[in-house]
Amino acid sequence: MAAHGGTGPAQMISLRGLSKTFDRTIHAVVDVDLEVVEGEVVVIVGPSGSGKSTVLRCINLLEVPTEGFVTVDGFELLDPKTDIDHVRAEVGMVFQQFNLFPHLTVIENITLAQRKVRGRSRTEAEEVAVRQLTRVGIPEKADAYPRQLSGGQQQRVAIARSLAMDPKVMLFDEPTSALDPEMVKEVLDVMLELASEGMTMVVVTHEMGFAKAAADRLVFIDEGEIVEVGPPEEVFSNPTHQRTRAFFDKILY
Amino acid sequence: MGGEKIKEPRGLRPGGASRVRDEKPWWDTFPWWGLFIALVLAWMAVQIITQDDYALAWERIIPGLRLTIEATIKAFAIALVLGLTAGMGQLSRNVVVRNVARTYVEFIRGIPMLPLIFTVALIVVPETSDYINARLDAWFGFTYEPSFQMRATVTLALIYGAYMAEIFRGGIQSIPPGQSEAGRSLGLTRRQTMRSVVLPQAMRAIIPPLGNDFIAILKDTSLLSVLGVLEITQRGRQFSASTFKFREGYFVVSFIYLCLTLGLSILLGVLERRMTRDRKGER
Repeated sequence: MAAHGGTGPAQMISLRGLSKTFDRTIHAVVDVDLEVVEGEVVVIVGPSGSGKSTVLRCINLLEVPTEGFVTVDGFELLDPKTDIDHVRAEVGMVFQQFNLFPHLTVIENITLAQRKVRGRSRTEAEEVAVRQLTRVGIPEKADAYPRQLSGGQQQRVAIARSLAMDPKVMLFDEPTSALDPEMVKEVLDVMLELASEGMTMVVVTHEMGFAKAAADRLVFIDEGEIVEVGPPEEVFSNPTHQRTRAFFDKILY
Repeated sequence: MGGEKIKEPRGLRPGGASRVRDEKPWWDTFPWWGLFIALVLAWMAVQIITQDDYALAWERIIPGLRLTIEATIKAFAIALVLGLTAGMGQLSRNVVVRNVARTYVEFIRGIPMLPLIFTVALIVVPETSDYINARLDAWFGFTYEPSFQMRATVTLALIYGAYMAEIFRGGIQSIPPGQSEAGRSLGLTRRQTMRSVVLPQAMRAIIPPLGNDFIAILKDTSLLSVLGVLEITQRGRQFSASTFKFREGYFVVSFIYLCLTLGLSILLGVLERRMTRDRKGER
């Protein structure tokens, strides 16, 4: 049943018949089906306002779908019996605006949920935090406040904060869109490394370079519908749909 | 040449006067109003010390200070709890909670303070306490009769609870939704997100207006005089009415309030400055 069905890797995310309507009239997402298996990197692209962020936000229920089913790591999210907080702890999310907690230092940002949700001790949580900060390349910023960091550094802290929870899936919602151009690479590098380590990732982005380098599958969404899915090189070089072609004509040099 | 000069920042012309033109002289920025008020207060103090009539008024009125301060602190404390509850209640997901909170806030804010004090102290409190006392008497064999001071304090708390609810609600809503989304996406519960992420940030927007409300409550305790509570204003009224020394009586009353409110606002200013200095790293 899954795209990578049979004896392949286990299914991690499954969206079936997903629709989201705002104010009863705005159809942001229309009947989307998408399966993501363990270790897979799926990049979602599409024009702005196409509903790609909404699809992503439905995966951890920051947006509640109007119709359809969302399954993450075996949990049916729209089942009232599912503890959504429990599932969210397993699903890291990185936002366009970083959303670091401005009243907490970097290390406090990273230890907060570890201690409250994972029940780790302060020492243990700080150890994990320093390890993740080293991984994203800024261990020396542990005691800084978000305000004192550049955009790229803030986003890397946000990634470290999510990774410290040992998530099974990472969601990225246009992680480089709010960054100055010279800081895009440092964030993409961290994401590429994460992808190469086998993290399951769903990434909404406009960075086609990242899609080419890291994506197992590229999903093109337009007007709330999945128009085309496939390996990135195929979709880029030989799009089968007119809408896909029109989109790439506009953005690729 | 003329064109070039226009682009030069004022006061920084090379070779010109070295004094920056935009800098204002000291007498322009000096807080004259503070000096003036300080002088008035000093003059008032001298009157009280040197003149017998003023000294007598002072002696009669100053015992009310304790009551005024007590009522202020009690009313503020209760209002704080009411305000936080009603403020968060208005943001609740529960339709009943949300509407109860909203009803309370709109009701109170729509009625002037004086009629509200009479209503609560003379109607609401007696009728509820009659109801409760009937049960208390039947089950435990005793009754409780709230004093007018208590009734008035509770009324003040009810009123300011509604005003504070708006302060809390506004403070919480001023935090961008991305903050709670980040908290929730990490697996924090609704409550944990509110406590550890949203409220600490909202406090910065909440504390200064709460301080102003504290001063406002202090001033509004003067309304308790209409219920005969012997705080500063009521003592001033009694002194003036019995001696016909209106000037001395209200003069002393005003002097005491001014000292309290000015002292408090200076204290608040220091507190606010310290808050912004300690947290320079943020935002």
